[in-house]
Amino acid sequence: MRQFELESVEKVDQAVASQRDQRRDAFVAGGTTLLDLVKLDVMTPERMVDVTHLPLKRIEKLDDGRLKVGALVTNNELAHHELVKRDYAVLSEALLAGASTGLRNLATTAGNVMQRTRCPYYRDPAMPCNRREPGSGCAALDGINRNHAVLGTSNRCIATHPSDMCVGMVAVGATIVVEGPQGSREIPFEDYHLLPGDTPEKEHDLKDGELITHVILDAPRAGGQHYLKLRDRASYEFALASCAAIVELDGDSVASARLALGGVATKPWRAEAAEKALIGQPATRENFERAAEVALADAVAYSHNGYKITLGKQAIVRALRDATARTTATAA
Amino acid sequence: MAPTPYSRPGVGYCTPAAQAEIAERPSAAGGASAGNTRNVTLSVNGEQHRLALEPNAILLDVLREELGLFGTKKGCDHGQCGACTVHVNGRSVNACLMLACMQEGAEITTIEGLARSAGYEQGQHPIQEAFLEHDAYQCGYCTAGQMMTAAAVLNDRAVAADAASVNDAMSGNICRCGAYKNIREAIETARQRMQGES
Ligand SMILES: Cc1cc2nc3c(=O)[nH]c(=O)nc-3n(C[C@H](O)[C@H](O)[C@H](O)COP(=O)(O)OP(=O)(O)OC[C@H]3O[C@@H](n4cnc5c(N)ncnc54)[C@H](O)[C@@H]3O)c2cc1C
Ligand code: FES
Ligand code: FES
Repeated sequence: MRQFELESVEKVDQAVASQRDQRRDAFVAGGTTLLDLVKLDVMTPERMVDVTHLPLKRIEKLDDGRLKVGALVTNNELAHHELVKRDYAVLSEALLAGASTGLRNLATTAGNVMQRTRCPYYRDPAMPCNRREPGSGCAALDGINRNHAVLGTSNRCIATHPSDMCVGMVAVGATIVVEGPQGSREIPFEDYHLLPGDTPEKEHDLKDGELITHVILDAPRAGGQHYLKLRDRASYEFALASCAAIVELDGDSVASARLALGGVATKPWRAEAAEKALIGQPATRENFERAAEVALADAVAYSHNGYKITLGKQAIVRALRDATARTTATAA
Repeated sequence: MAPTPYSRPGVGYCTPAAQAEIAERPSAAGGASAGNTRNVTLSVNGEQHRLALEPNAILLDVLREELGLFGTKKGCDHGQCGACTVHVNGRSVNACLMLACMQEGAEITTIEGLARSAGYEQGQHPIQEAFLEHDAYQCGYCTAGQMMTAAAVLNDRAVAADAASVNDAMSGNICRCGAYKNIREAIETARQRMQGES
């Protein structure tokens, strides 16, 4: 494994001051993405900054009803937190559907937001990849692209965003708080990850020197919640298609809905048009199928991943069905 | 002597040709010298070890190669198999994705120290006895990792005792021999014994 320097910081401002160039200086939290990719020579930092001693380990209910999650809260701690299980079940389920017990004990909230694609061409420095090495080409376009995205792709990159947690966060709604040389800044969760477009190497809206300090979850939404993850084997595997759904009923009709997709898109994907299509409609299988059609209407299939369009729709229908079943209908 | 960019040649994932190609490239770390060690004290199985470690030393490699604790195994080296599972402050974690220098002040337990860490001064931890009784292995390569995860899962109140929850919590430990059925039975036996004790 390549050599690098390692430094430890105790305060947020020290962390911010210690990082000038994201490619050269890497924050290390759980290390489960970073060390994996450094071993593969995909990430090549010269310095690592150990942020695990920063005071960002709390989960705190705010006066306005939102939940403030420290960047260093582990994926297991977040999934099993009393308020998360009660008010954000879809997020708890998404977290527990990801990785393994040991990895979730290490993996942090900020690290999960920042995790990299599992595209095998990205992970292999001997292959062309615009995301890893801008301008080198995309081997997946004409390669083995069975696991690749059908939504949000470009002719430069079709890599899937792998996170389950982020899909749960898009569904519940959240804000990312970063601290940088110019002070603190808030970014709506949905705007944080970027579409590949012409610059797939620009994966997120984090500037040099900026550190994620918190993710703030929106105040709890009414309704039933469910996360469904479909994969090659039933556990310890990334999603081929996943869906986070929150459904609120008014009598038999949908009063409000949130839908987010994983495994099929280049970023954690909000299916907003499909949400709108559901509102005011009876919560029936036919209407769920119609919403699923809307959600995947712009999908583009490549040589090996056409099945994901069907699978994605089925994930939506099933997640909506199960979220609805958990709704205690508000009396009309 | 020019610094070598890698302390070990294998990166596991690449073809030999690709590995050779990568090894040829100049290291981005450039001047970082291979003699860039620091003094670190690690607490492993209740003993303090003062070590001179490179910043990039991986906990799994330090346990095996510096401390001679060969019970913890290296399967994939990338978080994908669970063979390297140890406890850090009582939680199961993958030692192949941890920097050793970041573990100062933490209490690390490997399979060699599992029984003692749980208060079984003599003999074995109930999970070890149960694995023996149930023949919960074939080649044995995954076994230490299985037992370390199982021991932590049995103590974790967040994991329910039903089969589905246990299977899910154990799913990060792959057994290429497919001894899963006996592994599950062993965990159940250990659970009953540990409940009987308390
Ligand atoms: C075998 C395996 C299976 C997995 N399966 C799944 C799965 O099914 N679903 C899923 O969602 N995930 C899965 N993961 C991914 C896992 O969830 C991530 O690796 C983990 O969440 C990353 O968190 P970390 O704290 O370890 O990050 P690190 O590896 O420490 O850091 C990751 C990145 O985030 C940056 N970073 C860390 N902290 C901050 C901060 N505070 N501010 C700014 N940048 C920061 C680092 O510089 C680095 O670039 C899997 C991983 C492995 C290895
Ligand atoms: S060696 Fe660590 S998970 Fe496989
Ligand atoms: S016993 Fe052989 S890998 Fe599990």
